[in-house]
Amino acid sequence: MTAAIRERLRGAPLPQGVAPFAGVTANAPHLATRETKYGRKLCNSLEDAIRASGLKNGMTISFHHAFREGDKTINHVVDTLAAMGFRDLTLAPSSLLSCNAPLIEHIKSGVIRRIYTSGMRGKLAEAISNGLMEEPINVHSHGGRVHLIDRGELTLDVAFLAVATADAFGNANAVSGRSRCGSLGYAMVDAARAKTVVLLAEELVPYPNAPASIRQDQVDLVVKVDQIGDPSKISVGAARITSNPRELLIARLAADVMEHAGYFEDGFSLQTGTGGSATATARFIEHRMMKKGIKAAFALGGITGSIVDLHKKGLIGRILDTQSFDAVAAQSLADNPEHWEISTNTYANLTSKGACSDRVDMVILSALEIDLNFNVNVITGSDGVMRGASGGHSDVAAGANLPIVVGPLIRSRIPTVVERCTTVVTPGETIGVLVTDHGIAVNPNRPDVSERLKAAGLPVTSIEDLYARAVALTGKPQPVEFLDRVVGLIRYRDGSVIDVVRQVK
Amino acid sequence: MKIVREALAGTLESSDLMVRITPRDGELAIVLQSEVMHQFGARIEAVARECLAKLGITEALVVIEDKGALDCVVAARVQTAVSRAVDEWTADWSALS
Repeated sequence: MTAAIRERLRGAPLPQGVAPFAGVTANAPHLATRETKYGRKLCNSLEDAIRASGLKNGMTISFHHAFREGDKTINHVVDTLAAMGFRDLTLAPSSLLSCNAPLIEHIKSGVIRRIYTSGMRGKLAEAISNGLMEEPINVHSHGGRVHLIDRGELTLDVAFLAVATADAFGNANAVSGRSRCGSLGYAMVDAARAKTVVLLAEELVPYPNAPASIRQDQVDLVVKVDQIGDPSKISVGAARITSNPRELLIARLAADVMEHAGYFEDGFSLQTGTGGSATATARFIEHRMMKKGIKAAFALGGITGSIVDLHKKGLIGRILDTQSFDAVAAQSLADNPEHWEISTNTYANLTSKGACSDRVDMVILSALEIDLNFNVNVITGSDGVMRGASGGHSDVAAGANLPIVVGPLIRSRIPTVVERCTTVVTPGETIGVLVTDHGIAVNPNRPDVSERLKAAGLPVTSIEDLYARAVALTGKPQPVEFLDRVVGLIRYRDGSVIDVVRQVK
Repeated sequence: MKIVREALAGTLESSDLMVRITPRDGELAIVLQSEVMHQFGARIEAVARECLAKLGITEALVVIEDKGALDCVVAARVQTAVSRAVDEWTADWSALS
C-alpha cells in the first residue's frame, strides 16, 4: 500500500530535508500493535526506566520534595543510579531535607557533583557547610528555580517524579491512592520542562486517570515503585502546628497587624507560610474577619489545615495550592473544586506570564534572623551552618503588598533580631513589618503602615529597640568564624547572586 | 564552702542547662558543652566562674551541659547545684544577685 502511494510522488521534486511518506508506522513504531501502543511507556523496573531515559554521566536529574521529611524517592533513585555506576550528576530537586542525609555518601563517591536546591537541613546541610562539595551549591527560591530553568542555566535532563497514582500513559496525581501528598506544584514545573520525564508511581490505575496534575503528553516513561513517600511526615519539621504560648502570642500580634495595617478589606488575599507562628496566625484571623464581616478572595502558598478550615467556614473564597502541608490540605485538594493546584511557575516565578505572588495582599513569613535593615536570613543558623530553605520567602516578599515577618525575639540564647544577618536571602526593602513577642517594628519605608498600627494601639517600636532588647537578654554573640571558601551561592529570584555562604571554621 | 558530695541542678530542656558538681581536690575545673558554644561559650564559663567565686568554691569539678540558657539561668543553676553539694550553706544571699 505504501508503495502505491509512493508511486504518486514519481518525478515530483521534494524540498530538501522533507522525506517521502514511508508508511504509518515508519515514524511511530509503537502503533504497530495494541500492546506497544498502550504500554510503550511502562517499564518493569526503575533500572529499566533509567536505561530507557537516556541518562548519561554529567547530566542533570530533578525531583520534587512535596513529601518533605517523608520522601522515599530521591534517596532511592540516587542509590539506584550509584549502583548502576553513574557519575558527575547535577542534582536539582525542588528542595532537600534532613531525610536526604544518605546523599552524603553519593557526593563523596562522585555520583553527585553539583546541587541546585531551595534548601537543606540536618546532616547533609552540615556536611556541605563544612566543605563536602567541590562546587558551591546553588540555593534558589521556588519561583527562582523555574526562572533558572526557563533562562537555560538549569537544564533538567531527566525528571524523576513521584506520583501517588498514574495510568500507563502518564496521567498522574497525588490526591488519589495511598500516598497522597496533595499538590504536585513543584513536579508540574519539571513535567513541563524536563527533556525526559519519568514517573515513579506507587499505584497504576486504569486509563484515563484524573485529575491529571501531570499530563500524558508530558510523560516519557512510567514505572511502578513500592512506596514514593510517607505523607504522615510532611508536617514534620518546618510545617507544624504549635501549642507554644510564645508562638501563639506572636501569632495573635501578627493577626492584629493584619487587621489594622490597611489591607483588611473584603476581597483581600493572604498567605500564611510555615513555621509555628505563621501557621497559627490563620487561627487568629478568623474571628477578626467574622467581626468585620469580610471574606478573603483567596489564600496562596503552602496550604495548611488551618487555611482549609477558614475556607470551609466561608471566609476564604479560593485556595491556590502549590504545596499541601498536611493531610487536611491534601484531602481538601482532592474534594473541593475551589481548592486549586498551581505550579510553582504560576505561584511565584518572576518571569512567569502571571505569578499569584504578585496578587497577594499580606503574607506571613518566618525568619531565622532579621537585621537592622530588615534583611532576612532563612538559610543559615547563627553558627553559620545551613539549616533551612529559601522556599517562596523572597518571591512572595517581593510580590505582596505587605510582607510580615514573624518570630520570637530570641530562640533559647540566639537572638533573631541581629545587627547583620549571617546570610541574606530576602532583601529588607521588601519586608514591611516585623512581629516579635517583644513588640512590632515597621520598616521605615512604610510610614503609612506604621501610622495605622500606632493608631490601633499596637506595640510599635523601632527595630533598633528590638535589637537592643535582644542583646540585653542574651549578651552580644561572638561572631562566627568562616573560611574564605564559598560553599553556597544564594540566588535571588531573578537569578542574581544576593549572598554567598562560606565554609564554617 | 566545700563541695562534699556530687549534686545536680537543672534540666536538658531548651533554654536551660544541667549542672553537675563533684568534689575535686586542689583545682576548680569546668567542663562546658553548649549548643551555643561558638557564640556564647566564653560568656557562659565566665558567668559560672564568677558565681562559684562569689560562693567561695575553689575546689570542684563542674560539668555544664547548656541548651542555650541566659546568664541569669546559668547563675541560678550553678548556685542550686552548689547548695545541694555542700553540708552547710553559708553564702551571703545579698552578694549573689
